[in-house]
Parts: sequence; C-alpha cells; structure tokens
Amino acid sequence: MKNEIVISGFGGQGTLLAGVEIAQAALEQGLQTTWFPSYGAEMRGGTANSTVVVSDDEIGSPVVFSPNALIALNELSLEKFSPRLVKGAVVIAPFKNKPAGDFNYFYVDVLDLAKQAGSLKAANMAAVGALICALEKPDTVSITLDSLLLACKKTFEKKPEFIGLNQKAIEAGYNFIKSQK
Amino acid sequence: MKELIKGNIALCNGALDAGLNGYFGYPITPQNEVPEYLSRRMVELGRTFIQAESEIAAANMVLGACATGKKAMTSSSSPGISLKQEAISYLAAQELPAVIANVQRGGPGLGNIAGSQADYFQAVKGGGHGDYKIIVLSPNSVQEMYDFSYEAFGLAQKYRTPVLILADGIIGQMMEPAEFNKPKIDPNTPISADWALTGAKGRPPRSIKSLLMKDGALYEHNLELQKKYKTIAQNEIRCEKFLAEDAEIILVAFGIASRIAKGAVKLARACGIKAGLLRPQTLWPFPTEIISSFAKSGVTFLSVELNAGQMVEDVKLAVNGKCEVDFLGKPGGVLLSEQEILNRLQEIAKRG
Repeated sequence: MKNEIVISGFGGQGTLLAGVEIAQAALEQGLQTTWFPSYGAEMRGGTANSTVVVSDDEIGSPVVFSPNALIALNELSLEKFSPRLVKGAVVIAPFKNKPAGDFNYFYVDVLDLAKQAGSLKAANMAAVGALICALEKPDTVSITLDSLLLACKKTFEKKPEFIGLNQKAIEAGYNFIKSQK
Repeated sequence: MKELIKGNIALCNGALDAGLNGYFGYPITPQNEVPEYLSRRMVELGRTFIQAESEIAAANMVLGACATGKKAMTSSSSPGISLKQEAISYLAAQELPAVIANVQRGGPGLGNIAGSQADYFQAVKGGGHGDYKIIVLSPNSVQEMYDFSYEAFGLAQKYRTPVLILADGIIGQMMEPAEFNKPKIDPNTPISADWALTGAKGRPPRSIKSLLMKDGALYEHNLELQKKYKTIAQNEIRCEKFLAEDAEIILVAFGIASRIAKGAVKLARACGIKAGLLRPQTLWPFPTEIISSFAKSGVTFLSVELNAGQMVEDVKLAVNGKCEVDFLGKPGGVLLSEQEILNRLQEIAKRG
C-alpha cells in the first residue's frame, strides 16, 4: 500500500495542516509516513501545498512527482497538479466542472460541509475526510476515519475548543463520499 | 513513543538532550525553524540563546563559548555557512568542540531555497584555510537529525574537534515520525576539560590560540592535528550497506539522495538488475576502505548526488581504477526521481 497525496490551495486555506492530519493518522496506525511543505516565496499569492506519503514500506522521497491523490482547494492548484497525476488518481475539489484527464474526480462542496459543521475555516478538514473515504479500498490497508479523528484530537491538543468542530467537518466529508460510493 | 516532527526541530531536540548550553545563530531559509524553536526552548530551559548580528558573529560566539568548556552550536544554510568558514578553521586550529549544522540550499551565491547537496566539497575538503578536517555527519531521516545532532556533541568533546551536520532543505523541512529516546544530559554537568578557560584561580593560566609563531611550533601542532585525524578516521567511519554484497551496480549516495537511491535499488531488483547501495553516514571520515572492498571487475559504481558531481571524486579515489565509476546528479536545488535513477541503472545493465 502506498498513497502519494498532494493538498494544494491558496495560502491560508489550511493545506499544510490538512497534510499533517493525514500524516498523524498514518502514524496512529503504525504506518510509515512523510510530510513535506511548500515553503518560501510561492506561498504569497500563488498556491501553498503539502505532500504526504503513506506506506506500509519504507519511504524514499518525501517529494512526489506523480501523486495518486489530490485535494485542490483552488482552481490554480487543479490546473497545476492534475496533469501530473497517475492514471486513476483520486481528486477531491469543490468545482462542479471536472477538468479533462484520466482520474477519479469527486466534486465536494467543502465550504458547505464545513459551514454545516460550524465554521467555514474547517473546509480543509472536510476535504481530508472526503479523501480518506475515497481512498478506502476493501481488503487493503487504508487510513481509517477513527485514526483521522484521533489525529485531529492530537494536533489540536493545545486548542481543545477546535477539536469538535474539526472532527465534525472530517466526518461530514467522509460521509458525503460514503453516500456516493 | 514516536512523534510526527520536522527535521529541523528534531535537530534541536538532539542538541537539547545532549546538554546544549548555548545556541548562536542568524536566520536563513530553510533552517529557520532551528533558531525559531530554540529562541523559545532555550529560554524556557534557562539556557543561552543569542540571535547574533551576522553569521560571522554567531560562529565566533560559538568559538568563545566552546573555549570556556560549554557546549555550543550554530546553524545556518549554505550562504551562511560560507560566512562561518573562517571561524571553523579557527575552531579546528584551536581544537574546540563546536557543533555546526548546515541545512543546505541551492547555490552558488544566494542560489535558491530548495534542498541541495552542493556543499559537499566545502564540508569535507576544508572550506576554510589551512590543513584541517572536521567530522561531517550526513543524516537522511528526521530520526537521524535527532540522533546525529545528539551524537555530534559527544564526538566533538571526545576528539576536541568541530563537528558539522550536513543536512539539506528537504530533510530539514519534512516531517516524519521520530523518537527522542537518548538519555538527557544535564547541561550543568561540571566539565572535566583540562584545557578550558574557566578562570585561573588556584592554577596556572591556560591559553587557547591559533597563532603559533615560535620556530617549528606550527609544524608540531599540525602533526598533532593530523595524528588526531588519523585516529578519528580509524574509529568513526559509518556507512550503511543495502543489498550491496552481490550487487553488480553499487550506488553511492548520502542524505536525501540516498533515500531516493534506495527506492531505485528496490525498483531495479524487481526488474532483475542486481543493484545495491552504500550510504556514507560520515562524509569525513569517508568510508574509503568499505567502498574499495566492493570494487572489483564486473562491478560498476554510480554516485548519485544533488549537485554537479562532488562525492564522485572520493568514490573514484576509493575505487582507484579497479572498476568503472559513473555519476548521476542534478545541481541547483532540483530533485532526482527514483525513475530517473532506474533509467540510468537499466542503461548500465544493458551495456554490461
């Protein structure tokens, strides 16, 4: 099992933290994982992204050339990363029109899901929940909803007032995909 | 218990657990998490943190602190490490146990902020002036950022020598699970150094200097230094071997490149190519004899580096003409992929 995930959007949309959630969930399950951020000048105005690799084997590069999963929170990110995806990759994005390409596109209105969970700011978490569900395969090791919720509790340890909200958003994203499967 | 943590923070934790007394630095990407984190932690722990007015000042503050027998370190990234070279030469001359971390970025000049391995020559071939060597450790994971940072202090004290941790922007910026499991050393443990400048009350004064003008004094000092370097080279070489024993193509790679090279070795084995990897964990002392022991006819070496070809020269010296040595690398802060390495391995295998 190996997932190479890119999470991309405008700086401020929480794409780095969303990646940390997935990596932390992988750690909770005893899987190997790496997280790598974009850093520096490209954060201003352009896209900010993080790359997460999850595997049951040792991980080489934390930087990924052809991801098999993408969360694109702005159109710029979708344009930038969708041509690089491997065939059959999973894409989570809040845009109704699927761009051309041989990948598995899930339109998810993450802002609406986050709003229902309590705050627009949790849109990144709704996207993570959706991605985890979309990546789940029967009879293979996958990141589970439970470990993601536990990861959320740990990463927000110092701001416990945000745990509930973010967990709700994760569940909302997860259930949205589940209902389509 | 493992924590998900950044390489740069793991490096800090290694130094803190080793009993770091003082950190002196100046900001530069991609190592900024180091001064940022230590500016808080060192104060919380009642230890010394100084953001100096320049990299040069920071390195000389380390020199001063080390001269008093304290555990001191500085860190920077490539252009900043160039500025510290004068102080590193002085540290080597004065045999002071300083720890320096270089989280490399693309060069030359200000270059860019991407991870790179173009400071190999600077790290292992002097960097500053004069006949000297420093121990150079090359971590390739967040865990090793912690381990090597911790161990750097022990090595520095044991041999009274500066130790450089040669990391890169990718290892520094990435997060990975790591465990901080080494015994915590109390920074207030009294020092037993019989050379440290601790105030001469009740004993004859000591001096630590690098200007040796008396006839033959500098020559003698150099011979002593070389003797010490020989001892270090005998005792401290570290090199990881992966599927090297029966390999027909042996990759040599350090740091971040070694992770990608290892992935390529696995891909190559799956295609029936007998590839293996040697990963120097110490770049000086270099595992010359280990590499030499694998050099025989029918074997090809491939040095894989994120630069235009630096360590490959040391691989060639080790192989000493016994077989072919090839190079694959990219300069300017650009990363190689496993597939690119595999393509080269397939070419080599084809030409036999």
